[in-house]
Amino acid sequence: MTEIAKIDNGTDIVDDLIVCIVNNRDYLSEIDGAIGDGDHGINMAKGFNICKHRIDGKNLSLAEAFETLSDSLMEGIGGSMGPLYGSIFAGWAEAVQGKKTLNSNEFKEMLLKGLSELQEISSAKQGDKCLVDTLIPAIESFKKANESGKTFHEALIIMKQAAHDGRESTRNLVAKIGRASRLGERSKGVLDAGATSCCLLLTQLIDSILKRII
Amino acid sequence: MIMNRIINDPDLVVEDAIEGYVAAHPDFYAKTDNARVLKYSGSVKKGKVGIITGGGSGHEPAFLGYVGKNMLDAVAIGEIFSSPTAGAFLEAMKVADTGAGVACLYGNYAGDNMNVKMAIKKATAAGVKVKTVVANDDIASASASEKEKRRGVAGEILMWKIAGAAAAEGYDLDNVIAAAQKAIDNCRSIGVGLSSCTIPAVGKPNFHIEKGTMELGIGHHGEPGIKVVPIETAKEMAKTMLDPIMEEGIFEAGSEVVVLVSGLGATPVMELYIYYAEVERLLRANKVKIYKCYVGNYFTSLEMMGVTLSVMKLDAELKKLVNLPACSLGLVQE
Repeated sequence: MTEIAKIDNGTDIVDDLIVCIVNNRDYLSEIDGAIGDGDHGINMAKGFNICKHRIDGKNLSLAEAFETLSDSLMEGIGGSMGPLYGSIFAGWAEAVQGKKTLNSNEFKEMLLKGLSELQEISSAKQGDKCLVDTLIPAIESFKKANESGKTFHEALIIMKQAAHDGRESTRNLVAKIGRASRLGERSKGVLDAGATSCCLLLTQLIDSILKRII
Repeated sequence: MIMNRIINDPDLVVEDAIEGYVAAHPDFYAKTDNARVLKYSGSVKKGKVGIITGGGSGHEPAFLGYVGKNMLDAVAIGEIFSSPTAGAFLEAMKVADTGAGVACLYGNYAGDNMNVKMAIKKATAAGVKVKTVVANDDIASASASEKEKRRGVAGEILMWKIAGAAAAEGYDLDNVIAAAQKAIDNCRSIGVGLSSCTIPAVGKPNFHIEKGTMELGIGHHGEPGIKVVPIETAKEMAKTMLDPIMEEGIFEAGSEVVVLVSGLGATPVMELYIYYAEVERLLRANKVKIYKCYVGNYFTSLEMMGVTLSVMKLDAELKKLVNLPACSLGLVQE
């Protein structure tokens, strides 16, 4: 039987993402401080908290909740992170429009739509030491697992590991974009903050979906 | 860490500074529905093309200081050294539109590119026509063969001046864009950094420049330059910076140019003039004629020490436009 996840309570799913970022605010800023501006956690928490105020007490569909998150980031935080994450969540929102459940194929489409929205505004590539170093291998591993007949559950577990490995891969990369690129070789040896927040978010999302598979 | 800065809350420096600007200069600034967007408070002729920009804070008087008569109509204001939101760019586009469309003239940075792109999508949906010019005058940020990667620096001010004048002269949107594009295409800049700077909310210097050295080609946020060399005299520095500008091959004997020398924030103005005198001598030796010059703190980087040199080649049209009077906090011209 095909596994499906019940996603009718979008507020809860997005709220878990918010908690995850807010709880890691200082950790993310600390990582960013090693090679960047040191404000990644502060900015992310600021944007996610704006979303918190907007969704609190509301019973939103997942599409509505993702859309609110996207708008909060795009309107609340500028720089690069607002549009990058804002685009991903906007893509997710569009893909799950009108859905109360998700199967493995639909989840794959959602991930791919987020990626294509991101790529419409950014040319960041794998290896640049940024969030796509987590995002792309995670999505590819899910796609591969899904297309080779793994169950939804199995594919999510594989994706979680890939997100983790993707984040870890940034440790040995030299930053090519963003402020950290100033450091050249010296940017090696530390994690990228965007890749780390992306791993936190994907891991939380995967856990939320796993919990909801019926 | 205690900092010797004149602030209240380090997380609110941008908000607090905007309050001060609006309180001090109601003749230039009016608030909008977005706290991070200011518009020109003077009268703007209906049917005039709107001129806007946006960028991170910490570069004052850029970007907001160039809102004014025959200059910018609105500005989107970001956190220190961080792009304004797409929402702020969108609001600036909306308030600057009088029906003739809006020219959004900004610098080539990843965040700004993304936020402007998204704002345009929404502005278009709202019926506001927007066209852009992306400044890329910083020759140290990429080679001439990768011009599209070059960042925008102080040359943006000349682009705004030209576009503001063109709009005031009644140019339509396409022609304003063409004039702004010509201004930035004819402009080359390079900076030198002598010290670092500290974002109050971060509390420690953004990067480090060894005492006794200077970084040639440093970016406006401390982006890496071409090389770090022992500090030079003003005369040597002028040559070190002007040589790569001349090597770009767009200035030649007989060219008429505008020269803009901007301090990065903490260099005494007196030293900017010592430096300018050397630039003037060198250009004269190259038979390049300085038609107009601007010397001062036009585009800064918090309390960085250093200087940016921008040179823009003129033709008859640019000459006429650069001469038009303008009145803004950062640039007043009779």
